[in-house]
Amino acid sequence: MKRKPAVATFAVTAALALGLSACGGTSTDSPKESAGAGGGSAAPAQAEFNAAMSKVFNPSTKKGGTLKFVNSGDWDSLDPADTYYGYSWNFMRLYGRALTVFKAAPGAEGATVAPDLAKDLGKPSADFKTWTYTLREGLKYEDGTPITSKDVAYGVARAFDKETFPNGPTYLNEMLDWPKDYKGAYKSKDVDFSSAIETPDDSTIVFHLKQAYSGFDYITQMSPTMPVPKAKDTGAKYREHVISSGPYMFEKNEIGKGFALVRNPNWDAATDPNRPALPDRIEVQTNVNADDLDNRLLSGDIHVDVAGTGVQPAAMSKILPDPALKARADNPTLQRLWYTSVSPTVKPLDNIDCRKAVQYAADKTGYQAAYGGEFSGGAIATSLMPPSVPGAAKIDLYPSGADGKGDINKAKEHLAACGQPNGFETNIAYRAERPKEKATAEALQESLARVGIKLTLKPYPQADYFSLYAGKPPFVVENKLGLAVNGWGSDYPDGYGFLQQMVDSRVIRETGGSSNISVRIPDVDKMLDESLLEADAKKREPMWAAIDKRVMEEAVILPGVWAKSLLVRGQGVTNVFISDGQQMYDYVAMGVE
Amino acid sequence: MVTYIIRRLIGAVIMLLIVSMATFAIFFLVPQLAGATPEGMASRYVGRTATAETAKLAAERLGFNDPLVVQYGRFVKGIVAGAEYDYGPGVEECPAPCLGYSFITRQPVFPDLMNRLPITLSLAIGAAVIWVVMGVGIGVLSALRRGSVFDRAAMTVALAGVSLPIFFTGLVSLLVFSYGNPFSFAAQGGHYTTFLDSPSQWAYNLLLPWITLAFLFAATYARLTRAGMLETMNEDYIRTARAKGLRESTVVTKHGLRAALTPILTVFGLDFGLLIGGAVLTESAYSLPGLGKYAIDAIVNQDLPKVMGVTLLAALFVVVASLIVDLLYAVVDPRVRLA
Repeated sequence: MKRKPAVATFAVTAALALGLSACGGTSTDSPKESAGAGGGSAAPAQAEFNAAMSKVFNPSTKKGGTLKFVNSGDWDSLDPADTYYGYSWNFMRLYGRALTVFKAAPGAEGATVAPDLAKDLGKPSADFKTWTYTLREGLKYEDGTPITSKDVAYGVARAFDKETFPNGPTYLNEMLDWPKDYKGAYKSKDVDFSSAIETPDDSTIVFHLKQAYSGFDYITQMSPTMPVPKAKDTGAKYREHVISSGPYMFEKNEIGKGFALVRNPNWDAATDPNRPALPDRIEVQTNVNADDLDNRLLSGDIHVDVAGTGVQPAAMSKILPDPALKARADNPTLQRLWYTSVSPTVKPLDNIDCRKAVQYAADKTGYQAAYGGEFSGGAIATSLMPPSVPGAAKIDLYPSGADGKGDINKAKEHLAACGQPNGFETNIAYRAERPKEKATAEALQESLARVGIKLTLKPYPQADYFSLYAGKPPFVVENKLGLAVNGWGSDYPDGYGFLQQMVDSRVIRETGGSSNISVRIPDVDKMLDESLLEADAKKREPMWAAIDKRVMEEAVILPGVWAKSLLVRGQGVTNVFISDGQQMYDYVAMGVE
Repeated sequence: MVTYIIRRLIGAVIMLLIVSMATFAIFFLVPQLAGATPEGMASRYVGRTATAETAKLAAERLGFNDPLVVQYGRFVKGIVAGAEYDYGPGVEECPAPCLGYSFITRQPVFPDLMNRLPITLSLAIGAAVIWVVMGVGIGVLSALRRGSVFDRAAMTVALAGVSLPIFFTGLVSLLVFSYGNPFSFAAQGGHYTTFLDSPSQWAYNLLLPWITLAFLFAATYARLTRAGMLETMNEDYIRTARAKGLRESTVVTKHGLRAALTPILTVFGLDFGLLIGGAVLTESAYSLPGLGKYAIDAIVNQDLPKVMGVTLLAALFVVVASLIVDLLYAVVDPRVRLA
């Protein structure tokens, strides 16, 4: 196996150092626990609460050491075709490279897409239905064989098979113009799928979309565009040994216990400006008791809680009152909204004033408490898009008062306007297995009762919540489910990605299964379509805010909280920062002292 | 003796069949009676992006639409003759005894169980040695010094050991004796080294789990031994032994303790068999990837084939352990003769 030239390694390391400096700190070879004197984006972050939110904490370009990750659960799969956890997509970039990638940078810059396997971002056709990517030269798998565009196409085609890979995202299945009755690389082995993907040569790949989409580069940063060598593909068993295209490869993998990654000798830093690849080794332990995990993280035994969803209540009660521990924590807002659908198909909520009465009467602090409070529950939401989604604007059409407990007078005014001055009765659905949703339903029951709106709690099983109950329009009407506790998080930090499944009326199916329960606004559908034809990301952003506002005007969604998590920075970890792209620590940039 | 063993082995097979039927009914029949549809049961295996149509197809593919008897028959056939599972480009052989196949991790269950068994065995054997030595030892001393300060203190501690659940003692032990605290002397959770890799590291990593687990059982055994010894030491044959001029240590160990051990052996067999099937709470508290942690993860993930597999294996251990105990009666107590 050929070693990459030292000069290339140096070049990438230097590039990273410059990149990190530009992003948030003066790069240094010697790590600093409390570097510099804050202030301004050029200074490294100091050890304080939320230090890694918009700056690089403890910047360093030092290579070597072992970075230890721990997971209180387990991966759905390590196969790029079969995983749908945000942390998994974040982590997977250590052993896999997609066509594009989120920049390894703190804050908003981390939500921008950069070329990865591809030389440049995708080149769209004038109608945004054809996207062409050209691969870099010198790309290789861990075994030294070259990576070609055909491997990327094969990776996407195998990911189409949802029987074999049930967990992965389905964006490319739905967006590309696949042949009729196509079933994926195994069941439609000899079927020509050039209507969806073409590979005119080994370095070019062309995607054909059914419908225009100007943000396609966000889709190609997802794991299904990571290349898979057909000769080494073992279908559902591929998760046991994924062939690496990134800086690390699998040394061992014990499913259910953990795995270890070591350096991939055939990864060439010169082809990869996005990954510093600092640690020599990465160890991951899975299915660890969540409280034990937190304690080990605080004691310095491990470096990262890989799931990135935050510490448990026991650890939180230790961290928040202790200034030293709190200085090691970050509290990012996630791109996830916990909300309640307000169905205009259920009387009397077909009257907009009745819906507005619900908006005003709701006690947002009760909603926040139901989800765990300010630090782990989330920030009180006044509209749909969380602040970290590009284009999010401050929209508050139904102010809840200074204390956040609702505006009773306004609620009563709207009840009178909708002909229900003494209130009305309706039902509220929630997922029976989710205590936070039950607490939310109870909090709303209590707060809406203040204006005479009587809610009856209706729990339904989580597995069939959308397919048979709250997401099935005829069931909603028959059972008078005026309200339904709901939630949505985006797969990528783009307004379309966040909003479409939540507000596009065309995703609602009479047979059930949609998480959009209540938004049926023709204007909004039209606005979504218009956004798909806008090439300039900066011009698209105000369009998302306009959609958000339009939905709020109809009062068909009661925003609850924008989810937050309390994360802890591991001791001795370098280059720690939260990017808006990952909504947790970026794992690609991390190193150890 | 041979006839007895054969009879017990046949009984064991029947017992396992009954356990498998009961487990199958709990995880497949009860949900249906409670209103779960085949599509709902299949929805666990079709990912988050699946449509209702996908779940329907998966239910068909996984056989959830078949009558329960057919589904159970398929499960038993897998144990006896093996089974095959589609993994995309081909079909994977799950050789007998195929205790099922997880459609979540895409792994046959049996090799998974065998992979985790050494960890649970390490935990159970180490803890058993401690609790038997400590429990029986303290029980004997307490009985011989009945009413003394030692007896009262030992029985108070024993009461605490029996009363405190492991998820409490485990977490407190870790907080006090690990995580780099001032009294820290033991490994943190989640650390396991195989005995063959390093016996000393193996013991160091398991020390706290052993003590925690042994604390619970030693307490029970101390109380049992004390009660047994108090009863036995008042028997006529003990007085006869003393009258014959035997040394007190011989009277206590050979005549007193030996007779008192019979009920302890019975309890030990069941306890140890249950533990090998998975020390659920201890393994969870210390993040040890043994059979108990496997079982709890399977339940949390609603991975039914895994739950079935680990339940059957645990039942097998209990049945085998109780068989061994029955055979050992004859050794411990000469009054027992196997027919």
